[in-house]
Amino acid sequence: MTMPADISSNEFVRAYERAEDRKSRNAARARRERVFRAVGLAATLLGLVALGALIVDLMLVGLPRLSLDFLTNFPSRRASQAGILSAWVGSLLVILVTGFIAVPVGVAAGIYLEEYAPKNRFSDFIEINVSNLAGVPSIIYGLLALGLFVYGLGTGRSIFTAGLTLALLILPIIIVATRESIRAVPQSLREAARGVGATEWQVTRDHVLPAAAPGVMTGIILGISRALGETAPLITIGALTFIAFLPTPPIQATAPYVNMHWLWDGFTVLPIQAFNWISRPGDDFVGNAAAASLVLIAITLGLNGVAIWLRARLRKKLKW
Amino acid sequence: MDAMPTTMPSGSARPSRAADEGKIVARAVNVHYGEKHALKDVNVNIGSNAVTSFIGPSGCGKSTFLRCINRMNDTIEGCRVSGSLRIDDADIYAATVDPVELRARVGMVFQKPNPFPKSIFENIAYGPRIHGFGKSRADLEPIVQRSLEKAGLWGEVKDRLNDAATGLSGGQQQRLCIARAIAIDPEIILMDEPCSALDPIATARIEELIDELRRTFCIVIVTHSFAQAARVSQRTAFFHLGDLVEEGPTEQIFSAPVDRRTQDYITGRFG
Repeated sequence: MTMPADISSNEFVRAYERAEDRKSRNAARARRERVFRAVGLAATLLGLVALGALIVDLMLVGLPRLSLDFLTNFPSRRASQAGILSAWVGSLLVILVTGFIAVPVGVAAGIYLEEYAPKNRFSDFIEINVSNLAGVPSIIYGLLALGLFVYGLGTGRSIFTAGLTLALLILPIIIVATRESIRAVPQSLREAARGVGATEWQVTRDHVLPAAAPGVMTGIILGISRALGETAPLITIGALTFIAFLPTPPIQATAPYVNMHWLWDGFTVLPIQAFNWISRPGDDFVGNAAAASLVLIAITLGLNGVAIWLRARLRKKLKW
Repeated sequence: MDAMPTTMPSGSARPSRAADEGKIVARAVNVHYGEKHALKDVNVNIGSNAVTSFIGPSGCGKSTFLRCINRMNDTIEGCRVSGSLRIDDADIYAATVDPVELRARVGMVFQKPNPFPKSIFENIAYGPRIHGFGKSRADLEPIVQRSLEKAGLWGEVKDRLNDAATGLSGGQQQRLCIARAIAIDPEIILMDEPCSALDPIATARIEELIDELRRTFCIVIVTHSFAQAARVSQRTAFFHLGDLVEEGPTEQIFSAPVDRRTQDYITGRFG
């Protein structure tokens, strides 16, 4: 007669144990959740704090040196008179050349690889190597450029060579970003366009590229930022470290009124100028180096800001 | 092995040239995806003034065959189509045929509404523009209006043609896609399960629309639902494991199917 009672009490105990189990499991899960939240926050803060400390430090040392004169003076042996005119002009011109080469070539290569190239061993091979190129140390690009462009093709230690070298350097970044964002465009969009009789090029130009454009812009931002900060490959190809003249102005008084001679002029860039100053003995030039770095950061953030604004505009045009 | 469709009215005889039953004529059409034999020796005639529905269990090849008719399969890696597929007696797989031009004659509506991420106006105007029907907005406006009217959507969207098409409801989006297809004046419209992502009310509206459109266009529709096939189509083809098992008047397929497999499927024994 006690059997049924036993069974039911056993079941009761088991149910109770199950509930307790669940409770402790849930508690453990909540704990893990909290731990991960803390770790994630710490990881984020670590980066932000480091960047913040760096900028504050740069500002403390560099801000006193920052003035209009600093931006409009050529380098000088006297720290208080030295400026970065040739360096920031050089940086902007080199980036201009880099952008003009790397963006169209990179985007075109990305489109081709994703939308046109047959999928076979050869394209797999290219894919792996493009990704690998993104990881090659930048000095290697400098050596390649020195051998191929400066000595091989005779392009000299010029703005053109520098732009070309940095373009090679950031090409993989732009190609990979273009491919990723093209791949993220839903297949149904391509089919919709093909369905109304669009050619492959119309599908790409009118639908795939606009939808992928924000992602492509992100790749361009990353690439340009990287190129702006590069020093090693430019030193390798023979960038000047002391330069007291500007490149030839592109505008002239006589026909055809414009020229591209500046492409072949010598140059320096901001990171090289900063590196040059910081490696001098004594403390005189430390402030200059910090101020030059601040300007470099400002240019990078400024260009990124333009690109981000462009990206936002492109996103808005899409009516997902 | 009964690979031959058993009750094809014109299949037993030689393909007849009667215009009404020969808009689309398939003979021994085979499709392979790599190693997979997805469609086996399909023979069928599809007439122009009717809605033809393709039914059958998932993976039976009905969508594959549909996508042969506008050569949408061309873009799929490893897909091979063989046999003869003719529209108005011209082989659409001939080397001289440009699939892009073919797709302007054979429009398509997809399973999930896939409007372009652009305005309602742009969605309709895109096709006519790339085919040179007009350049300016003024040229294209009448085409856009007419297409939206035919698709029964004009009244709902005429005040917001510049709004995003993706802001429309699912049913409206699908009617927009139908309007987009008819804007380029096709002869044939292929519909690949056009209602499978829609609620019953939106489905009913699309079905009414199909019934109206059949007077102007030759319509082929793939559907999962017998009820839908019965409601919208005059002829039905049943596919199974890559075979076209039988094709005939919809009523007959549902009330007196000849093949065992059709019977089993329709009475719910598999599928």
